[in-house]
Amino acid sequence: MSQVSQPSQETFLALKLDSSEILPLFAQASNWQERYRQIMLLGKALPKLDEAFRVESAQVRGCESSAWLYHSEIAGKHYFVADSDARIVKGLIGLLLAACHGKTSAEIARFDIEGYFDMLGLTGQLSPSRTNGLFALAKAIKAFSV
Amino acid sequence: MDFHHLRAQFPTLEQTLAGYPLCYLDTAATSQKPKQVLNAMARYYENDNANVHRAAHQLSSRATSNYEAVRDNLCQFIKAKQREEIIFTHGTTESINLVAYGLTGQIKSGDLILIDTAAHHANIVPWQELAKRTSAIIKPIPLDSECRLDETAYKLLLQENPAIVALSHVSNALGTLNPVNKFVALAKEVGAITLVDGAQAIAHLDIDVQAIGCDFYVFSGHKMYGPTGVGVLYGRFDSLDTLMPLMTGGEMIKTVSFETTEFNQLPNRLEPGTPPIAEVIGLGAAIDFLNALPREVIAKQEAELLSYLQTQLKQLGDITLYGANTSNIGAVAFNLADEHHQDVGILLDQQGIAVRSGHHCAMPLMQSLGLKGCCRASLGVYTSKEDIDRFIEALASVKEMLL
Repeated sequence: MSQVSQPSQETFLALKLDSSEILPLFAQASNWQERYRQIMLLGKALPKLDEAFRVESAQVRGCESSAWLYHSEIAGKHYFVADSDARIVKGLIGLLLAACHGKTSAEIARFDIEGYFDMLGLTGQLSPSRTNGLFALAKAIKAFSV
Repeated sequence: MDFHHLRAQFPTLEQTLAGYPLCYLDTAATSQKPKQVLNAMARYYENDNANVHRAAHQLSSRATSNYEAVRDNLCQFIKAKQREEIIFTHGTTESINLVAYGLTGQIKSGDLILIDTAAHHANIVPWQELAKRTSAIIKPIPLDSECRLDETAYKLLLQENPAIVALSHVSNALGTLNPVNKFVALAKEVGAITLVDGAQAIAHLDIDVQAIGCDFYVFSGHKMYGPTGVGVLYGRFDSLDTLMPLMTGGEMIKTVSFETTEFNQLPNRLEPGTPPIAEVIGLGAAIDFLNALPREVIAKQEAELLSYLQTQLKQLGDITLYGANTSNIGAVAFNLADEHHQDVGILLDQQGIAVRSGHHCAMPLMQSLGLKGCCRASLGVYTSKEDIDRFIEALASVKEMLL
């Protein structure tokens, strides 16, 4: 049985996330309901990871839900493919990728994740005690891109 | 009984989270603590702090008296025969480990250990480790369609003459009340050693270990309005006396020389090292708190609230309840349609509602139900009908967002 270890390069490049479109939606949100609606809409917009790639080796530990993360470096930039079986986690992954997907190592190193989530009105979501796994995902993204 | 006065004794409950008053429905994970428990622990550190059982000075003597008085309290509280049958541990998990390790020399290759399919991992993994050490065999007692222990299947398993039967009094994930008196009696008939995990029962039911008839009964302080870091292992004296100590060192010895060491008698033999003294004092205050309550009235109120909660959840629609029997104690497990339990938990948290979402340290149960996890709402003496109403209202708004 041949094992597919990574999604194709096209899959990585196909994901387009425009943070200039996404971030204003959060700035405009006046309450938690609107913010979480936007998170879930963002999650919905992310492609679904093929069943074949939903494997343990790609799982990010520290999530109560299952979350999978793949990374590829193409022409000096970092690309990610990720998914989760929980909607909010998937949306939060979308927010992380909006800041890191297609960026250089230097850009990702400079990225202030905590400040970013504070700005989105999602303070506290990133703490290591949360079981949403965002902290672990952010660490994994940073680790991939050094 | 004045409910508002009772509730006012729990300082943690008087807070708001991002504008929403806290609605604490996670008592099965850990209960909140009344002021008298917090005060007792502070008083101990402020006035009596000294190591127990050792020094001849007055402070140590006071600390020792207070510490040992809690053993007497507990002995009465669970109706043990004698005070030496009460061992202080750090919690239910340690209590079960103490037993599972302590029985190693009594278990042979091929011996059978029966465990509860719905058990908490703490009542599974120590037995698996015992089985690894001794080449014993583990078999789970199956559940019936209502998530209760299947009595017919249990009786069949008993025909295989198990060496050990480990039960839960109340399941932590679902709140199922198991008929432990009957099940222990059946196990005794075939000569099995019995342990009952009472972690989820102790705060809700009057416990009579002699009526249950088990060899060992275990529970934690922090689920019965006491502090974390302290638990109890009750054992019938003869059963307890056969346990090989899991940990050795100070306090548990009679004499030590480089040639040979003689262990102390019960209860000290199983309490090595400096015990969690302040926590034991706090546990004593928690017992006083429970003893001062009209426990029959409280039990009736909790049963009515749980039944109300089950009914309201059913009426909300798109809710699946798991093993929600009328006899359940303190907790209800559910999922909202096909939504991930974590999404539901996060959106409830946004509204100040604290419930547990996950596998509830009962992965084999989740596997048998075909679930990745579920949400669990659980009750305590301070839970009000308004808490339930607020929870249902919040869940209705989660449903509106997700479906």
